[in-house]
Amino acid sequence: MTSGDRFGLIPRAPLEWLFEGQARPPVVVWAPAAVVAALLLTAPLYLAIRTLGAGPDAADLIFRARTLWVVVRTIALMATVMAGCIAIAAPLAWLTVRTDLPGRGFWRVATMLPLALPSYIVGFTVAVGLGPRGILQGWLEAAFGIESIPSIYGFPGAAFTLIIISFPYVLLPVRAALWNLDVSLEESARALGRDRWQTFRSVTLPMLRPAILAGGLLTALYALSDFGAVAIMRYETFTWSIFVQYGAALNRTLAAAWSLALIVLALGVVWGENAARNTGGGRYYRSRGGATQRTAPVPLGRWRWPALAYCASIVLLALGLPLAVLLYWTIRGVTAGEPLELLWRAAANSMGVSALAAILTVICGAPIAVLAVRYPGRFSRWLERLGFVGFALPGIVIALGLVYLGVNYAPWLYQSLAMLAIAYVTLFLPAAVGSLRASLVQVRPEFEDAARSLGRRPWQVLLTITLPLVRPGILTGAALVFLLTMKELPATLILSPIGFTTLASSIWAAAEEAYFARAAAPALLLVAISSIPLACITAREERRQE
Amino acid sequence: MENPIMNSISPRSLRAVRLPVVLALSLLALSLIGCSGAGSPPAPAPAPTSVPPTPAAEREPTMPAPTSTPVPPTPTAERERTLIVYSGRSQTLVDPLLESFGAQTGVTVRVKYAGSAATAATLLEEGDKTPADVVFMQDPGSLGILADAGMFAPLPSATLDKVDPRFRSPAGLWVGTSGRARTVVYNTDAINPATDLPPSILDFTKPEWNGRVGWAPRNGSFQAFVTGLRAQLGEDAARAWLVGMRDNGAVEYPKNTPIVAATAAGEVDVGFVNHYYLERFLAEQGPGFGARNYFIGNGDPGALVLVAGVGILSASDNRDVAAEFVDFMLSATAQQYFASEIREYPVAAGIAPAGELPPLESLNPPNVDLGSLSDLEGTLKLLQETGVLP
Repeated sequence: MTSGDRFGLIPRAPLEWLFEGQARPPVVVWAPAAVVAALLLTAPLYLAIRTLGAGPDAADLIFRARTLWVVVRTIALMATVMAGCIAIAAPLAWLTVRTDLPGRGFWRVATMLPLALPSYIVGFTVAVGLGPRGILQGWLEAAFGIESIPSIYGFPGAAFTLIIISFPYVLLPVRAALWNLDVSLEESARALGRDRWQTFRSVTLPMLRPAILAGGLLTALYALSDFGAVAIMRYETFTWSIFVQYGAALNRTLAAAWSLALIVLALGVVWGENAARNTGGGRYYRSRGGATQRTAPVPLGRWRWPALAYCASIVLLALGLPLAVLLYWTIRGVTAGEPLELLWRAAANSMGVSALAAILTVICGAPIAVLAVRYPGRFSRWLERLGFVGFALPGIVIALGLVYLGVNYAPWLYQSLAMLAIAYVTLFLPAAVGSLRASLVQVRPEFEDAARSLGRRPWQVLLTITLPLVRPGILTGAALVFLLTMKELPATLILSPIGFTTLASSIWAAAEEAYFARAAAPALLLVAISSIPLACITAREERRQE
Repeated sequence: MENPIMNSISPRSLRAVRLPVVLALSLLALSLIGCSGAGSPPAPAPAPTSVPPTPAAEREPTMPAPTSTPVPPTPTAERERTLIVYSGRSQTLVDPLLESFGAQTGVTVRVKYAGSAATAATLLEEGDKTPADVVFMQDPGSLGILADAGMFAPLPSATLDKVDPRFRSPAGLWVGTSGRARTVVYNTDAINPATDLPPSILDFTKPEWNGRVGWAPRNGSFQAFVTGLRAQLGEDAARAWLVGMRDNGAVEYPKNTPIVAATAAGEVDVGFVNHYYLERFLAEQGPGFGARNYFIGNGDPGALVLVAGVGILSASDNRDVAAEFVDFMLSATAQQYFASEIREYPVAAGIAPAGELPPLESLNPPNVDLGSLSDLEGTLKLLQETGVLP
């Protein structure tokens, strides 16, 4: 250290530590990132404050043999869901992007739509459809006289429900990566004598790795955070333990302790994903200044029918079954004389707040993604991991943390739309960061360097070079956050301004009281609205391609 | 051939910074919310001398016409009277009722709906900084927890006296507004109610019920029942019953609704539920629905009658309007609404329960102090120790 550091030494030391192993990012990137980091720390800090209030009782209840069992069950579910989602989504992405599959446009939207369905609705419809005495059994009995089928409750039902809800988390980034993939690499491989399968394995698959891992991570964390599906399928997980404490005993201390433990688990998963991603190394951007030719779609030939059957069966299970049950409830209710209300005001609220959340989340996610990709190091690593915490925590935990923050330190913000939007950012940030990041790794840093060397300021580079290049990631991330916000429930109920109703809260209010018809109509409306942004990004993708 | 990447870095597109688009979208989002009126300030106060608005009552044909109770005088008519309600009861159920309170009194009622547990957790977190004036809960347990946390102001005795002491807080901190009876729902094909059903819920641990009973150990009402069981028969008897049910293969469901559905479908033959869920299935699916309720009676633990109830928050600076609200909930109008619309048991104003429900007096519930049902923590511990919950 030179004497010039006299003044800077003490305040600088933590910065040096944070930015060790990386170029110091420009202030336009790290300052907003630091603000977002402070926001993200709210939930863990609140949980720490609550847990410190615990007596030895809490420790007794948590460190029991049974707890280890819950951890094992949770990890088993998480791993199964992640593997299942990747196995389903990767072929789907390839089929709908790179082949001449008939009706690709339809399949692209239809395979994403399950994301719009709330898990408590899907869980219920799976139970109704595939339960021991459900609709499927009814058909089997009529056709073959089968009087009972194996129970779906427990692990199979929970895993099945979570997979059909969350496989689009993998589908979306993989599809985006496929659109953006530098085809010249594959062509070189083919020209050098590799056959199609070898090319896929040695070129395409490694290039898709970041997208697959990013999507897989989201599904794993979603499985950690979900309550609706595991509750209906009666499979106890970590989240369930948290809800028992809030729901039954109102023991906030113990719930907070469980939540902290959940954070540790989530960070472990994120760390695992980071490790897996880094072993790949390498660059994922294009080899030349943008040499995408439109590739001729791979002709499926006689594989077209099995491929169609594959897409159709997934869409039938993940979308057709829940929609059919919802339609059935609506029709049954209407014929029984139930008034059919479409709740336009709730729909407008839902759309407005979801659009707000989508925009805000993408803005908050951008600096994190830029840091993670362009300035890898300690700070960006921890910031990115921190971002995943909110996604893995149940919404009620985040919401109560913000209640605590709001009433005690920011009463002017409490029960405002701004507060609600902050909750959504905390919950869904990784969905936006993941998409942004996947787009960003495909952008050559030389473009940015060139702009810098031509005299542009860092913020100008960001606005004029980087942002336009990652536009697909921005739109995808925003669409994802929009969908997630549309169906979010616990934070919406707790934090929204008084009198603010959304579609999700209306569905919940009706379903909670067994008014299925009144729940089904707004649920159908929710799916219809959610399909709009999906159709938009799909249409864009197609325009870009053709 | 169009090339998206080359396009987007061409000088042409450098000019087109995407910021305006983002701003426009933000404005759109905000205006959407603004249009919907949620973010906007409450509707302007009615003119001081105007008649109280009645449109809500007109919109709700199911609401009984306001009774002869005259509109209370409004001494503070100069300023707008508002009331903030936190409701653990669902909007579907009680919104028309709360609207009609506003219509009758000219009070602007602003309601925050969430589940009872989420509402209670939020209130505990807010403490004395809560903006709420009054809380309307689904079950005595969460009311008791809020009472124990010192969040309620005592209710006037004139109000308390409208309700049987069994259905209110012993300390006068909250009052029950409607009753919810615990029942055994049974499949009409598998069970002959005249011969097959036992006189006590304790009998379902017998071998003939092995694997035939549905229950919801995670459900608030069930846990309130267990709390009542502990209060009535003691910790050991409650533990023995829970272990007996567990070993007898009781089938777990997340809550009441799926139990009723599963019972009608024949997944289980009987289930432990609250009485009114069946009523809703019957209303939507008609009398062909394959399940009915069995009211145990006999002062049995299984015949517990729970209540939904209201309490006034001590942090409220609006307690006179809050008290008016509580009295409204015990009025004939509200009690009739609970009976005919929600199919619950009225607890005041001499209103009879709807339809074919047996009268409240005939239910013969056990002698349990509902104020003692706040020890959910003890119940949860017992459920975990017996392995019913993990």
